[in-house]
Amino acid sequence: MEIKRTTLNKLHQSNKAKFVEFAGYEMPIQYSKGIIEEHKFTRTHSGIFDVSHMGQLFIFGDKSLTEELEKIFPLDLKNLKQNCSKYSFLMNEDAGIYDDLIITKIEEGYLIILNAACKDKDFEILSNLLGSKFKMSLDNNRSLIAIQGPKSVEILNSIINGVDRLNFMTGNWFDYDNQKLFVTRSGYTGEDGFEISISNDKAEKFVENLIEKGAQLIGLGARDTLRLEAGLCLYGHELDINKTPVEANLRWAISKSRLLNGGFIGSKKIMNQLQDGANQIRVGIKPEGRLIAREKTKIYNDTDKQIGEITSGTFGPSVNGPIAMGYVDREFSNVDTKILLEVRGKKYPANICALPFYKKNYVKGVN
Amino acid sequence: MSEVKFSKEHEWITLEGDVATIGITKHATEMLGDIVFAELPEKGSNVEKDGTAGVVESTKAASDVYTPVSGEVVDTNQSIVDDPSKINEDPEGGAWFFKLKIKDSSELDSLMNKEQYDKFAKETSS
Repeated sequence: MEIKRTTLNKLHQSNKAKFVEFAGYEMPIQYSKGIIEEHKFTRTHSGIFDVSHMGQLFIFGDKSLTEELEKIFPLDLKNLKQNCSKYSFLMNEDAGIYDDLIITKIEEGYLIILNAACKDKDFEILSNLLGSKFKMSLDNNRSLIAIQGPKSVEILNSIINGVDRLNFMTGNWFDYDNQKLFVTRSGYTGEDGFEISISNDKAEKFVENLIEKGAQLIGLGARDTLRLEAGLCLYGHELDINKTPVEANLRWAISKSRLLNGGFIGSKKIMNQLQDGANQIRVGIKPEGRLIAREKTKIYNDTDKQIGEITSGTFGPSVNGPIAMGYVDREFSNVDTKILLEVRGKKYPANICALPFYKKNYVKGVN
Repeated sequence: MSEVKFSKEHEWITLEGDVATIGITKHATEMLGDIVFAELPEKGSNVEKDGTAGVVESTKAASDVYTPVSGEVVDTNQSIVDDPSKINEDPEGGAWFFKLKIKDSSELDSLMNKEQYDKFAKETSS
């Protein structure tokens, strides 16, 4: 299959990106400064991320659309206000996760942001579930740009006046160069920031505007260290079809009202697991010393019994040390539990720790 | 001190008497990216030509470090373990990895000189 490229590919090239294949796309893993500098720049200033490989699914319909979507997603969509966003997941009957996503109520419908590797399958699943009653499109004519970090609000507001009035997890349409952009105050780095859905023909100019104002392009490498420090899940690592939201410790993302009566796909399994407890739970892990425990590292207790496995592990530049997430048997999931990690044939001590590793700076209650 | 030689695994080596100093090349560090962890062989241990003699990890992945010659480890550079970013800063100078008392200096004969290595590095990275 031929590798796909986003609209911004040429801009990445001219900014000396190193590319990797990610979900069928040629994407920048880093630029010339490297992952650690890019990571720190995002934490202290403002980083631009091309996330155009992600799916932008628009679904339009009347009130019955909300009813149909409530049969799929564990959200109180009836009470979700227009332009408000929620983190959620698409599940099977066993509450296994097909994808994690952000859904935003827009005028006459919903915008759902999907993972690149999952988007085509998600579209198929949702098409089958919803039938032909609603207009659905995975929009390939739009790019998706994230701008993240403490200076992002000032930079973006100087280009699109008014975005500073958005609260976290809300969005709206704004004008830019005679076009409508959809901007949400959200992101996946643990920083304040925005995601901008923009038509492909304006995307390059828009990013160049952001760079002129002092923001810098950041690759997928730093995106991964940033999200891991923020304790956020990455599909294919912490989440997959064999994991449920309860196991992934994402109960907070399920609307309380929906837990009472269920009625969404996977609800039985979720309610059972909430009552009985899941066998394994996602936790934060800090190796002692500088040792890095990568994905698939086996986790043991002090009597040499395997109790779990790492799903993501790296060096956290802002934490200035190694960090990881993984799944362990529930009895070992309490903070400060001592565990052992097997790396290159030797066992090294580590501790279960609270998430996130790095404290968030989200903006709430602007207006 | 002898001419610097290079291995296909991107290590450099210099020889002073029968003691070799070994590190990884600048080209290797550029391919690895930011190095955040280094593990060195134990002093007093013996390592075999082309065998593993350490590990470096970048933010992206772990890579083995090989020794281009056989010998006994007589010294290791603790400063790169304490601050692995030094490997990116000065890979072919202060950030050497370990010193070996070598057994057979003819093992260096098959290694590349600088010109050959630069050509090799250019060909293999493109």
